[in-house]
Amino acid sequence: MWRSAGVRLALAVGLAVLPASAEEKRSGYDDAGPQVRAMQDDDMANPAFLWVQQGAALWDRREGGARSCADCHGAVQGMRGVAARLPAFDAARGRVVTLEQRVNLCRTEQQGAAALAPDSGGLLGVVALVGLQSRGMPVDVDVSGPAGEAAARGEAFFHLRQGQLNLSCAQCHDRLAGQSLAGSRIPQGHANGYPIYRLEWQGVGSLHRRLRACLVGVRAEPLGRDDGLLAELELFLAARAKGLVVETPGVRP
Amino acid sequence: MAKPLLNVPREVRAGQSFEVRILIQHPMEPGFRRDAMGAVVPRDIIHRFECSVDGEEVFSATLHPAVSANPYLSFTARMERSGTMVLRWVDDAGVAAEERVAISVA
Amino acid sequence: MLARRSFVLIAAAGVMVPSVVGATPEEVRALIRAVAGDAEPKPGRVRLDVPQLVENGNAVALGLTLGEDVPAGAVLTDIHVFADGNPRPDVAHFRFGPRAGVAKVATRIRLSTSQTVHAVAVFADGSRWQDSVSLIVAISACLDD
Repeated sequence: MWRSAGVRLALAVGLAVLPASAEEKRSGYDDAGPQVRAMQDDDMANPAFLWVQQGAALWDRREGGARSCADCHGAVQGMRGVAARLPAFDAARGRVVTLEQRVNLCRTEQQGAAALAPDSGGLLGVVALVGLQSRGMPVDVDVSGPAGEAAARGEAFFHLRQGQLNLSCAQCHDRLAGQSLAGSRIPQGHANGYPIYRLEWQGVGSLHRRLRACLVGVRAEPLGRDDGLLAELELFLAARAKGLVVETPGVRP
Repeated sequence: MAKPLLNVPREVRAGQSFEVRILIQHPMEPGFRRDAMGAVVPRDIIHRFECSVDGEEVFSATLHPAVSANPYLSFTARMERSGTMVLRWVDDAGVAAEERVAISVA
Repeated sequence: MLARRSFVLIAAAGVMVPSVVGATPEEVRALIRAVAGDAEPKPGRVRLDVPQLVENGNAVALGLTLGEDVPAGAVLTDIHVFADGNPRPDVAHFRFGPRAGVAKVATRIRLSTSQTVHAVAVFADGSRWQDSVSLIVAISACLDD
């Protein structure tokens, strides 16, 4: 009993400190270069707003007999602060729930609508729209209690060497952040801008898509979309980004 | 085609140049990429954009695969009296998107 | 040991053999001549704005304006843009109608390699003018994932 409490305390303290590189926290925006930053800074030129527009249309839409998001939540501006606090530990469900998962849980359980397909324009649009309402607000997830244990599992994954290339997230994003890889600067790997418009994708994509690409990149088994560990990793990443603000919808190379 | 994002002023001064900025969702598939099986992904781009006011041409563009995905365009127009601006995009599949914006001139 | 060497060879081959080849300088000159007529377009009047160091060739901001050397009363009718190192050099052809405002166009383009981007402006009096920017592209737009 005392040992687990001690471990929990140590983890809570551990999660509050800066990444191993001990530099000031840098958003992917800072490492992206002037042209990409210019795209993110201009809402009228940031292509992610095409998806936000799609999300706004969905927010108000009643499909068949189903309720719309607006029917319960009112205007989307009322969602201010929500994305800054997600992912969060859902006590009733006993697991971490991300914003993406929350949208589909709402649709199936509250609205009487079908879940939106993963990485579809509709789901990305709604998540980007809700994220946008928290833009500029500090990332502020709760890692107390059971959330802390969940985040600790995410942290363990972050430090785990895996795949044929036997690399961990920490090796690149903690130790080598700021150095050059294939013409780009290695970012610290904060997820504060998701969903992002990625130039390489030529479209908007989710954090899961990015994580999957990284895991496949080290030739490891990618985490399944519904894998609880994925949500725990996302919670850890959000806790690790404490000190940065929400930038959704971000633009990245 | 998905609905474009338009930034067009709804009120302008007579004879004064004003900016029009537009974004539209489109992969602008160039026609030289290959898929996972090695087959060429066929070209599918927006190759034409036209803007007119009350039938008179403001600005038009013939676009080639070198234009980025989700094409962004910014150009200017000038109006002497109130009218309707028509913006039209055409892609290789023949699909077109068209938007009409009523602009009043002070 | 052997596996590592073959990995390096495969990686090197992947980097050195792009799936697309650029246009020849003659082809680019022919294209410019097709829009400019037989005379080489004179440098001036049109200003091409594109960064000289491009980190990512997928979405390069490109701006076109007219310089201060344009005489009063000159009417711009077209601007053609070419990228001489892309698989196909044509980028876009902009036409300005009677309802056009001041000459100011912006878009985003793809660039596959370090090269020179050219803009050729055509005026109502038949004169043709050009500007060009030589740039370095760090990450190409045209390589597959």
